[in-house]
Amino acid sequence: MPRNGWFSRRSRTARVMESVPDGIATKCVKCNEILFARDFERNLKVCPKCGHHHRLNARERLAITVDEGSFVAMDEGLTSLDPLGFPEYAEKFQRACANTGQTEAILTGTAAIESHPCVIGVADFSFMGGSMGSVVGERIARAMETGLERRLPVVMFTASGGARMQEGLLALMQMAKTAAAAGKLDRAGVPYIVVLTDPTTGGVYASYACLGDIILAEPGAIVGFAGRRVANQDMGTRLPDNFQTSEFQAEHGMVDRIIPRKEIRPALANLLSFFAEGNGHAI
Amino acid sequence: MQSNPSDIDRTITELEDIIATLKSPANRSRAIAEGIDIDRELVRLEEELQQVLAQRYASLSPWEKTVLARHKDRPYSLDYVRLIFDEFFELWGDRLANNDEAVIGGLARLNGEPVVVIGQQKGRDLKERQRRNFGSARAEGFRKALRLAKLAEKFHKPLISFIDTAGAAADLRAEEHGVSEAIARNLREVALLRTPILIAVIGEGGSGGALGMAVGDRILMLEHAIYSVISPEGCAAILWHDKSQSPEAQREKTAQAADALKLTAQNALRLGVVDEVLPEPVGGAHRDPVAMAATIKNALCSHLGELCRLSADELVDARYRRFRKLGAWAEQED
Ligand SMILES: [Zn+2]
Repeated sequence: MPRNGWFSRRSRTARVMESVPDGIATKCVKCNEILFARDFERNLKVCPKCGHHHRLNARERLAITVDEGSFVAMDEGLTSLDPLGFPEYAEKFQRACANTGQTEAILTGTAAIESHPCVIGVADFSFMGGSMGSVVGERIARAMETGLERRLPVVMFTASGGARMQEGLLALMQMAKTAAAAGKLDRAGVPYIVVLTDPTTGGVYASYACLGDIILAEPGAIVGFAGRRVANQDMGTRLPDNFQTSEFQAEHGMVDRIIPRKEIRPALANLLSFFAEGNGHAI
Repeated sequence: MQSNPSDIDRTITELEDIIATLKSPANRSRAIAEGIDIDRELVRLEEELQQVLAQRYASLSPWEKTVLARHKDRPYSLDYVRLIFDEFFELWGDRLANNDEAVIGGLARLNGEPVVVIGQQKGRDLKERQRRNFGSARAEGFRKALRLAKLAEKFHKPLISFIDTAGAAADLRAEEHGVSEAIARNLREVALLRTPILIAVIGEGGSGGALGMAVGDRILMLEHAIYSVISPEGCAAILWHDKSQSPEAQREKTAQAADALKLTAQNALRLGVVDEVLPEPVGGAHRDPVAMAATIKNALCSHLGELCRLSADELVDARYRRFRKLGAWAEQED
């Protein structure tokens, strides 16, 4: 059985890690170690040498997180408009669709994690930097409302540079929209779990990403408000080396646990089971 | 009339020069000696100047509005608080660790009615600017605002919030103390606050820092105020990142970014983000703060009159729907 298990896991990860470049080897972006593509995939794109967690796109993340075949996408028919006629937005958007095969910077739907049902959202940094425009905000709000109606826990994997500049003020308002929807979950006692992944910054971090009942983070992810470059302009302050990382946020009480990629799925299953079961009466 | 802004600006300067010259005692007595009715002429010129100014300020570009919204003489939150309310009893601190002076707040009376006021506060002179961190709140400021919002809710008082910030603080301390969490929590909690909330964007509505105190039932915006997802400077840096440019070229790019962002009150109204644009005195709010305050006060009173007829449930439902529907998207059936 171990042999079988090993083979089936390998074949599964080899299929899901679609963004690993063709060829037999690739390079760690952090330590420059040459890695065999197959080892890299098997390790869920975590560098075996330095432990750097490389970014996953939304489909890769889903594939290693939810039970096979359990994901049912929602609101795929929502498409962005160009409300300001912003320079080059239409072209950049088309390019993002073509390059990623996605329709927006987040996938939302229902799924099961080790048989625990949930609503899940997975942001995709490869789509316009995961930026939150009208459709991203709307998908998140609808996902949360679905969780509310069906009393299903909501799990959000975040990855975003912030609000989508090209949609101007309407993008900013998605912060208020997603936070208000998170508020409904909060008041109704529906569990909301956030997993911060690299990178989560700006208006996304300052809205729905910061509002989980439980907030997990991947090691070494960039997590913060305004970016190191901006903070650095403050004269005379020396920024700590881990400034605006998962570890920095954890040190300052903003993150519940930092969990390596391989352990996130069981951790989520455990949390979902914790919230779903019992009410203490059996003790 | 001239349509090119620079032609209009030249006309304004010329008129102002002529008026100033005619007003000098020497010129005045000379004109009188020659039998010219100088007072009538001055009235005519002043009227013409007002007309040109009105036209000029009705057609400011987004960048010109940005400059005006940041004008050093523009009235700040506390200026309006003093002009609008009968009394103001300031309250300090977030009850957690600090008193962030980039945010002010307290108890006030609007036409005798008790209200809770919060606001983002810039400083007038260098010392005050530093003390108030140039109006950029850290986590403590947003937590102070939330504490006062909760106070308003607890005692069923309306909440009035003045928005005027370039953005939240982005320094080490802000990050260490969780400025993102503080903004996010405000967005969530104020969305569900069971009391009427009025927002007035009086100067700069700078991205998440502004929004962190700008969730409400009615959002009013002054005619030349700005409200934007990112500063024009930040936008230009992302779009046309090129440090080799001359200062003039950079200013031109920044103005282009302001255009692209459509950060004006008029556009915010069109997008449904704000409910009413309040006209400013000709030349901007700083030319006549008393008149501006009166306009704001009238608007606050009339909106509050409407909101006070709604139950807390109705208010929260309407507020949720208000933000819920914001955005631009197309939808096909799955
Ligand atoms: Zn490595």
